[in-house]
Amino acid sequence: MAIAQRAEPVGSLKEVREAGLDREDLLQVYRDMVMTRGIEERGHILYRQGKIPGSFYTGRGNEAASVGVATAMGADDVGTPLHRDMGVHITRGVEPWRVLAQYMGKSDGPTQGRDGNVHMADAKLGLIAMVSHLPAMLPVAVGAALAFRIREEKRVAVGWFGEGASARGDCHEAMTLAGVRKLPVVFICDNNQWAYSTPTHLEFATEHVADRAESYGFEGIVVDGTDVLAVYREARRAIEKARSGGGPTLIESVTLRMEGHAVHDDAFYVPKQMFEEWAKSDPLERFRSWLRDHADMTDEQEEEISAEVKRTLNDALKRAEESPLPEPSSLTEGVYASPEDLDTPHHK
Amino acid sequence: MAELTYLQAISDGLRTEMRRDKRVFVIGEDIGVYGGAFKVTLGFQEEFGHWRVIDAPLAETAIVGACTGAAIMGMRPVAEMQFADFISCAWDQLVTVAAKQRYRAGTPVPITVRLPSGGGFSGGPFHSQNPESSFAHIPGLKCVCPATPEDAKGLLISAIEDPNPVLYFEHKHLYRRIKAEVPEERYTVPLGKARTHREGDDLTVITWGAMVYTADEAAQKLDSDGVSVEIVDLRTVMPWDKAAVLESVRKTSKALVLHEDTRTGGFGAEIAATIAEEAFEDLDAPVKRIAAPDTPVPFSPPLEKAFIPQVDDVVAGLRDLAEY
Repeated sequence: MAIAQRAEPVGSLKEVREAGLDREDLLQVYRDMVMTRGIEERGHILYRQGKIPGSFYTGRGNEAASVGVATAMGADDVGTPLHRDMGVHITRGVEPWRVLAQYMGKSDGPTQGRDGNVHMADAKLGLIAMVSHLPAMLPVAVGAALAFRIREEKRVAVGWFGEGASARGDCHEAMTLAGVRKLPVVFICDNNQWAYSTPTHLEFATEHVADRAESYGFEGIVVDGTDVLAVYREARRAIEKARSGGGPTLIESVTLRMEGHAVHDDAFYVPKQMFEEWAKSDPLERFRSWLRDHADMTDEQEEEISAEVKRTLNDALKRAEESPLPEPSSLTEGVYASPEDLDTPHHK
Repeated sequence: MAELTYLQAISDGLRTEMRRDKRVFVIGEDIGVYGGAFKVTLGFQEEFGHWRVIDAPLAETAIVGACTGAAIMGMRPVAEMQFADFISCAWDQLVTVAAKQRYRAGTPVPITVRLPSGGGFSGGPFHSQNPESSFAHIPGLKCVCPATPEDAKGLLISAIEDPNPVLYFEHKHLYRRIKAEVPEERYTVPLGKARTHREGDDLTVITWGAMVYTADEAAQKLDSDGVSVEIVDLRTVMPWDKAAVLESVRKTSKALVLHEDTRTGGFGAEIAATIAEEAFEDLDAPVKRIAAPDTPVPFSPPLEKAFIPQVDDVVAGLRDLAEY
């Protein structure tokens, strides 16, 4: 028995305009999605070349979900994206070379080599760096929303989690607090159907993760996470609802994790048929055909976007490779913050 | 100057900061209408409203996590754990998120977590612990353990002002038992600066929190033996004032480290090791430790009394050292 509402897919350009995107915006959404996949593909190659230490995670299959939500956020909104949400960093404007530098443990990565892969965020872009313990960032997102509520600012926090992490207590506590206080926060569940090797029926017993929203006193929505425009529309609606005092929403965005948990994992436990089925709704391909059918995207525009992304990534790679590795002598610096560190946009 | 209890001094410090700085808010269980389990925030909700004195659901992870998020957004949150023991429920938020955010992401997390700690009134295994050593071990966290009303106020203000996550251990057994003159105006007591609670020449006791008073009583008894005991009250165990400890030990040549937390891996071990490493040549006796045994805190009065270091235990330890 499902309680959450299911969002309709997006149809026409008119409908998209009503949701707040013009044609230029749509091309930007596509560019961000191509860049998101591009940067992770480059990362994959670098990993295989032995240039990325540790492990490597991608969000292949989640590009529409991450870019769609980030596109719906306002400039002053904040978020706590996770390891399948590179699209959020790209959409919010992270420089790709800094991401590659981060992957490689270089000193120009946002964490200066102190942390790896997508464990990074640029505070100036309104993002807070994730930790591995999921969904530990949900209470943090709720706290950002609490600050906005206390100060009566019209800002919204967006907190991401996976369907796997929805089993943990942080998720319950964060949603409980957000619900009772009606805080301006939107919870995004990236349901990619596999928590490492564990399928959803061993993770939760309801039909949808979003069904739980009702028990916290807010709305739950299930959306097809391969449909960037539907994700955008639902996220926008939820974010604006939160902004106007309507409280939280839980959006469950359903996709399939198209690769293993990390690069070492061949995902043998995912039925082949499942991959084949979901490959038919590849988010990039899906949006590309929509743009051609509904927004008159031409061959030239499409080629221009892929050439631009390729160029950016080539430059990014060069710059990231030139970035120095961190000095071992810097190891013990910055464990504790100094008062000058509070000189940030948030602390003024 | 007004005479305040240790508890009143904590309230006074918190109220002072909330009046001065609009970014400061408090969140915890039953802290609003009820004024907190120990009444530290009694009357706060009337003065500051329910968005700055927030009654939270019974959800320590959400409380500490929300403080982190709000702090990153520029607030100065102060969380109250109803008992220090319940901080275990928020371990992940403190240790995984708040403590490491500055180092790895460059984001300061200026939060204060108030932790009513310590035993002495049959609180049992879950309402009596002194978990400061566990957190002092975590790079990125600071741990404050005031012993006097004056320090309780000044250290709390410093903790709130500090750009890092600070755990403020307030000893429950001192709440209403200890009274002293406290300046009415705002002042700070620096984190990492020890206080000489009592001057002496023959032995040094290094301690903090409620054990300062246990050490003091023991030291008075040693006076009649003609042995003069110096007591160094660390005030904060992270950062800890190594220089002050070494200076005192170099003067007296004998050191006793005393704490209410359990012995193995307790913070006293770190102090003893540091003295051995850096002041070995100045010592006339091995460094001695007195701490609770390695058991949970028991409930029944005779058991609890046997658990918490008593004045007689410290007297015996000091006499051993004096005679060495």
